[in-house]
Amino acid sequence: MMETTCINVIETLAPCLVAGGAAPGLAAFISTLLGVLLVSAFPLVLVIILIWVERKIAARVQDRIGPNRVGPYGLLQNVADAIKLIIKEDITPAGADRLIYNAAPIIAMLSVLLIWAVVPFTPVHIGVDLSIGLLYFVSVSSIGTLAIMMAGWASNNKYALLGAFRVVAQLVSYEVPMVVALLVPVLLVGSLSMQDIVRGQIGMWFIVPCFVSAVIFYISNLAETGRAPFDLIEAESELVAGYNIEYSGMKFGLFMANEFMHAFTVNLFFALIFLGGWSGPGAEQVPVLGFFYLFIKTGFLYIPSLILRATVPRVRIDQMMAFNWKFLVPVSILNLLMVAFLLQVTKALGIAPALGETDFLANLPQALVLLAGNVALIVGIMTVLRNNGRRERAAEEAKRLRRMAASGRAMVPAGGTD
Amino acid sequence: MLELNAATIAFFIFSIFLVGGALGVVTSSNLIHGALYLIISLFGGAGFFVLLSAPFMAAVQVLVYIGAIAVLIIFAVMLTRSMTRMTEVYNRQWWLSALAGALLLLMLVVGVILPVWGNGGARPNMPISDIVATTEALGVAFVSGDQYVLPFEVASLLLTGVMIGAIVLARDTES
Repeated sequence: MMETTCINVIETLAPCLVAGGAAPGLAAFISTLLGVLLVSAFPLVLVIILIWVERKIAARVQDRIGPNRVGPYGLLQNVADAIKLIIKEDITPAGADRLIYNAAPIIAMLSVLLIWAVVPFTPVHIGVDLSIGLLYFVSVSSIGTLAIMMAGWASNNKYALLGAFRVVAQLVSYEVPMVVALLVPVLLVGSLSMQDIVRGQIGMWFIVPCFVSAVIFYISNLAETGRAPFDLIEAESELVAGYNIEYSGMKFGLFMANEFMHAFTVNLFFALIFLGGWSGPGAEQVPVLGFFYLFIKTGFLYIPSLILRATVPRVRIDQMMAFNWKFLVPVSILNLLMVAFLLQVTKALGIAPALGETDFLANLPQALVLLAGNVALIVGIMTVLRNNGRRERAAEEAKRLRRMAASGRAMVPAGGTD
Repeated sequence: MLELNAATIAFFIFSIFLVGGALGVVTSSNLIHGALYLIISLFGGAGFFVLLSAPFMAAVQVLVYIGAIAVLIIFAVMLTRSMTRMTEVYNRQWWLSALAGALLLLMLVVGVILPVWGNGGARPNMPISDIVATTEALGVAFVSGDQYVLPFEVASLLLTGVMIGAIVLARDTES
């Protein structure tokens, strides 16, 4: 009766419970419930540590020490903060739409927590390996937009509503280049399942053949999580606090924890899709090693993103939209066409590896061809941008000279002061 | 006889979402509430796609209908803030719409459900189709010459045309 094979997180416990005398249906229910609890509680516990890491790094960037009073190295600071948030008075503003107002933080939290169901932690441990895992990630995270809209509208506050308007503009726009960039690794694997995508990278990490889409995915993720330089959702100087201005206590805490968790989750997905996820030496024999590989890779992405957040200024809303629609979207579409074309070329030349090829050398020729295509694309974009910049500068210079001539004053050399 | 398993329970929960949400859309006078009810209803639809083993359709339903279209509906409603609390009845022929809706439902029940599950119909437990389509099969069907490539391309051309048209209409005339 006892099964020792481990299929996934959810299906390991039930055989043991049945052997212990429980009814099979009950055993399955209990083990599923525990699996769901485990997968969903993990990010919730993780976020306490993440906030500590973020505050420490932001403090170092700003030449401070950061939290260091509660517990060793201030590690328990966030536990204290969480207790404070829970016992704080919970205020609902007059004129708020109570039901929507209270539901918004929960839906915001759900939109991130649900993503973790398809995260392959190791070769065998995954909540559920959906055949559409990657699409599930995109669609579930799009619900977050809805939660912020609900919060902004239900608060009955102009600043909150303005914040919510920006969210739609920002999040819906940046979803476009993100989805198109994600199509490129899908082209290489031929599957949307997260486990297949990670397995497809055992021979070669996708950051090599899909460099451009990795960069686009990273940038659009910064915007999707609403972090600097794209933190227009809660631009303090313009909107006071944005959509969550009226929230207090643990409801605000949920929004905040959701933001930190989302930032970590998208970096986790970057590691899964472009840096090989759990793959690494010995990960398939000792699955728990894969867990450490995945989190080390995520850490290498997450910590620079925190430093980025603490150092860069905020972009203007028109710059942000123009950057997305006039730069990221065309580049991501060109990139997709380029990769699709080169994949057919490598297939015709006979240097394409078989699907699921795990040998590094077998994957190398195709990866190099795609990398060359990426480099050519980057060079082409840079040339276009440089020529555009030159033309614009020349036009401005000509305009300035015309103005000078019209006002009848002596010519001042460019860069001179008036 | 209906057997009570997880799929049946899920079916009833999603049905409540779908029908309840749809009722909420037509009865609530607050437009934002109506849009949120629409989302609940669409979510129930996504649940049905999961029950019908069409996970790709379910994910697309959430991504496109809930994540983009419903959010844009709410966005449009919010821009006209005075519209969010309407008390007037704008549609005076509401009973006509109700009649048309009821007739349509009746036609669907008679035309679709009766031949399959009715008296003269096939086995009560017959699946609607034996083909379990994977996402891959769906993709192949869209591009293979003897299946749906023409409608697929026509639809994408139409959407591109609509997008360009929208840009032309919304554009400043001076620049």
